Parts: sequence; C-alpha cells; structure tokens
Amino acid sequence: MTTPIISVRNVVNRFGRQVVHDGVDLDVQTGEVLGIVGGSGSGKSVLLRTMLGLHRPSAGEVLIEGRDLLQMSEAELIAVKRRYGVTFQQGALFSSLTVAQNVQLPIHEYFAASNAALEQLAELRLRMVGLPVDAGAKLPSQLSGGMIKRAALARALALDPALLFLDEPTAGLDPISAAEFDQLVLYLQRSLNLTIVMITHDLDTLVTTCNRVAVLVDRKIVVDTLDGIMNNPHPWIQEYFHGPRARAVQGPERGQ
Amino acid sequence: MLLESQASGDVLTLRLGGDWRLDNVAQLEAALRDITPESLAPESLTSVRRLVVDCTRLQTLDLSGAWLLQGRLDQFRAAGSTVEFAGAAPGHFKFIEEITERGPEATPPAPPQSRSWDDLLAWVGRRAVQQAVQGRDAIGFLGRIAVTSVRSLRGFKHLRVASIARHVYETGIQAIPIVSLIAFLISVIVAYLGAQQLQQFGAEIYTVDLVAIAVLREMGVLLTAIIVAGRSGSAFAAEIGVMRLNEEVDALQSMGVNYFEVLVLPRLIGLVIALPLLTIIADAMGLAGGALLSSLLLDISLTQFIPRVQAALAPTTFWAGLIKAPVFAMLIAMVGTYRGMQVRSSSRELGRLTTAAVVQSIFLVIFADAVFAVVFVTLDF
Repeated sequence: MTTPIISVRNVVNRFGRQVVHDGVDLDVQTGEVLGIVGGSGSGKSVLLRTMLGLHRPSAGEVLIEGRDLLQMSEAELIAVKRRYGVTFQQGALFSSLTVAQNVQLPIHEYFAASNAALEQLAELRLRMVGLPVDAGAKLPSQLSGGMIKRAALARALALDPALLFLDEPTAGLDPISAAEFDQLVLYLQRSLNLTIVMITHDLDTLVTTCNRVAVLVDRKIVVDTLDGIMNNPHPWIQEYFHGPRARAVQGPERGQ
Repeated sequence: MLLESQASGDVLTLRLGGDWRLDNVAQLEAALRDITPESLAPESLTSVRRLVVDCTRLQTLDLSGAWLLQGRLDQFRAAGSTVEFAGAAPGHFKFIEEITERGPEATPPAPPQSRSWDDLLAWVGRRAVQQAVQGRDAIGFLGRIAVTSVRSLRGFKHLRVASIARHVYETGIQAIPIVSLIAFLISVIVAYLGAQQLQQFGAEIYTVDLVAIAVLREMGVLLTAIIVAGRSGSAFAAEIGVMRLNEEVDALQSMGVNYFEVLVLPRLIGLVIALPLLTIIADAMGLAGGALLSSLLLDISLTQFIPRVQAALAPTTFWAGLIKAPVFAMLIAMVGTYRGMQVRSSSRELGRLTTAAVVQSIFLVIFADAVFAVVFVTLDF
C-alpha cells in the first residue's frame, strides 16, 4: 500500500475539560474522495482544521505524505500548503476583492506572474468550475449562494492543488444546484486526479461522490466504504443512515 | 530550455521541454511571448501556416501551463494558422477543450470608455444625484429618529431602559479614565503656557481665570466630545455595521421590531445622558490640573485658587459649556448610527463608513461649537 497523502495518527483534541477527539486515526489515500460525517459538535471542523495545520492537536500527529505537519519548519509548511486547496463553509471569499482577484490572490502571492497571465489563469479556474467569465468582475456580495460555492472552489483550485478540502460544499444549495455541484466535484476529481476530503451532511453527496466515509462518533472515528458504514451496528450511525431523512438515499436502487 | 521553435517554410515547430508548471509562470510567459523564431518578425505571425507542437521532451505539464500555451496557440489559430500536436496531445488539452466547450462563450471585452466632456458631465450628474439621495436619506433618518422618540415617549416599554443603561455604561463610565486624564493634561498645558506669557506682565494670577474659563466654556466639553466621537462614534458604526452584514437588522425588521427603537434610540439617549456627565468630570479634572500647576509653578495655593475661580466665573460660564454637551452627543450618536446603517455587503464598506463616522462626527462637533461661540457672543451669554 502506498503512503497515504494525509494520515492522522492517534489525535486527541481537548478544549478545557471537554474531549472532542480521543485517539482518532484516519488515512486519506491518493485519488480517493473521503466524506466526513458526524453530529453537530462531534468535531468535524476541528478535525479538518487539524489536518490543515490551523489547529494544533492536544496529542497525536498529522502526517502529510509521510512527514509530520507539526514538526515542519515555516518554509516546509508553506510548500505543503501550496499543494492543497480549501473551501470554507460560507465561502470565505475576500469581500473587498472581485471574484477574479480572489482567484488571482494565491497565484500572485506565490509566483511572479504578469497581470495578463493572472487574468488568463483566473479565467481558466472560473471556466473549470463552470462560472461565466463575466462573473470574474463581480464582488462576492453580488453572487448567489451557488455561485459563491463555485467561486470558492475556483479559488481553492488556484494553485493546481493535489488535495482539496471541502467544508460542507453543498450546504444551503437547492437540490438541483447541489447535484450539479456534486457532478462538478466528481468531474474535476476524475479529470485532475484530485484527492478530496469533504465534510458533508448531504447524504446524496455522500452517495454520489464519496469512495469512503469516515464517521465521527463517541470521540472516535469509524472509516469504511459507504456500504460498510451503512451496515455498521452503531446506533448513531444506524440513525444517521436509516433515519427518516435517509429514506430517499436508500431508495429503490439501494433498497433493503 | 522550456521552448525551442524552429521554422521551415511556413511550418513552425515548437518543441516543449522542461517543467511547464505554474511554478515557472514567469519563464513560461517569457517563452510564449517570443514564440516566433528569429527568422520571423513578430508582425509576420500570419506567414506561419502550420504549427506543430512537439511534447516529447516535456517533463511535467500542469493545467496552468497547458492553459497558457493554449491561449497563445489560439492567437495563431485566430490569425489563420492550423495547429496540431506531433503525436498525442497531453490529457490536459482535452480537459481544456471540454471545459471551454461546456462553458459559456467568452463575452467580448467591454468597449474602451471614451474620455470626453460627456463623461465629465455624466460624472458630475451622477455625483449630484448621489449627493441628493444621500441628503434625502439623512433627512429621512433624522425624521425617523424624531418620530421614534416621540412614539417611545408614550410608553415606558418603548424606552428600552436596560439598553440605554448599557450604553451609558459603555460610552460614559468606561470613558471616565481617558477623559479625566486628557482633561487634566490639557489644562496643565494651558495653565503652563498662560503662566509663561502672563508672567511678563506680572499678571500671573490671571492664569487662574484663563484656565477656569477655557476649561469650563470650551476645553472640557469639546475634548470630551472629540474623545467620545473617536471611542463611541466608531463603536456605534462598527456594531450596527456588523449587524447589517450578519442580516441581524433584517431579522429585527422581519420580527416587526422597530430597529430604530432598538438600535438607534438607546444609543442616542445613552450618549445624551453620558456626555454631559463626562463633561462635568472633565471640567473638574481640568480645574484640578489648573490648581495643581498654579500651586507648583505660581505659588498660588488652593485657598487662593478657589476664590479666584469664583471671582473669574460669570454665573453662566459653566452652563455655557455644559449646554453644548447634549447637542454634541446627538450629533455623534446620529452620525455613528447613520453610517452604521449604511453598511451594505462588504467588510471594506464597514471600514470606510466607520472612518466616515468618526471624521464627520468630529467635524460636526467642532462646527457646532463654532456656531455656539457665535451665538453666545451675540446673546452675550
């Protein structure tokens, strides 16, 4: 088995007396789409922030391509961060910059590209996520929810990352836009051979895009294929995948 | 070597090599710019009929590199040349083709804006309309404050006492240390300068008059108002601005709550209560500063100082200062809340309007002070 692109080893996260993670292990293999689910407050975002190096865990280690994120020097960290893109739940687009400038910002930070090249490269990203080119001149406040998600994805793709983190990519979208977004993510993942880690509550997204699912329950993590997880006897997981809102997912084609 | 080009007849062969990646974007740009071979002048792009791209020596290629190359090749295509790959094109080109087909047509760039007198005229017109709209909004704001205050007089419930108390605490009580310190220091400075000048005439006892009148009539209230404008005017604008960005104001409105009554009026009333009180403290601290300097520098003891102050002051001096405080308070609170309400949609807007709130409220305070000065002189107050 090849070295996982990211592996989380025995991570413990404590806030005061509250223990969020108590020995979490997770390997993300190159080229897979991993979905992270869990109840509110189960520490999905904390886990994501730990993997991004934004949060230092109380114990344990995070390895990126076999190297410990917590031991890296500033320069190494920057080199690693270049290789992954992140979209945040609310988009986190810089509200005073246009969409195109948002996409150009990371490129401009790292490379000495001319303005013409920056514009060209931003256009490529906007086309990749299916935004009309004239959306580039708009401010984030002028975009609809779905377009903000796409613009955030375009910015995450700015540095041609190998690894994408998506935090609730389809939350707040109508089912049609959400389905389109799922297809877009899948299309980009296949075309560019991306590795994707996403937090999602959208069961349809899980079914459509994810190869494997990680469930955060009882301060631990359970990782399996979707089918494996659905047959997991843990009561919370049963409730999650077989509760009233999950019927549609089981649907005829997955019928019990 | 990223790119070698070789011309033979009307065929131009491009040999790509090395790393065509985003990391080398500056070199890629340079290489693409002088893609024409030495034998061909840049303007003779059209004389190349066929372009052959050879990727065999290419080490790495990423999407950005492919896209930049594609952009340059498209220019040749537009000039009427045919472009082909020697062997199979790398997968990225297929992906690019897909997304350009899938995506909408590139919109033609907007026509360059002509700079003429028409534009100037349009600009002046636009600004005039903007100013008029802003003026109308400001008057509307004033009107709503008036209506809401009258309405809230009807019932105790509409007065939001808890909220007013909070604002008295935040804008008044928390400002006491800084206001006291500044009033004290300024009056020390005034007394020191005054003493130096008046000593030349042997009239240093008039330093007391100078300090007492300056502090009570002008300095106390003006400095307090300026400090409060900086502290609380900006806080009002920022608080309300963030509430607008978070759609909290919309939430209030949708509940049928009058947001003027909840957000604007408590701040206004709170500041109208707090600023006069702060002014009294500033006056006291100013006199204390004057007394201290007089006893240290001029040997005027406290027992001499107090009767001298009493003799120097007309019965109206103290009130001439204090009466301005509520007016300044209203100006500061109204500008702060008004600018906060104007925030729409972006964080830059928030910064701009908070700055505007502070600058304009300080300006208005000083302007109003000048008006007061003229009126008081005319009335012999």
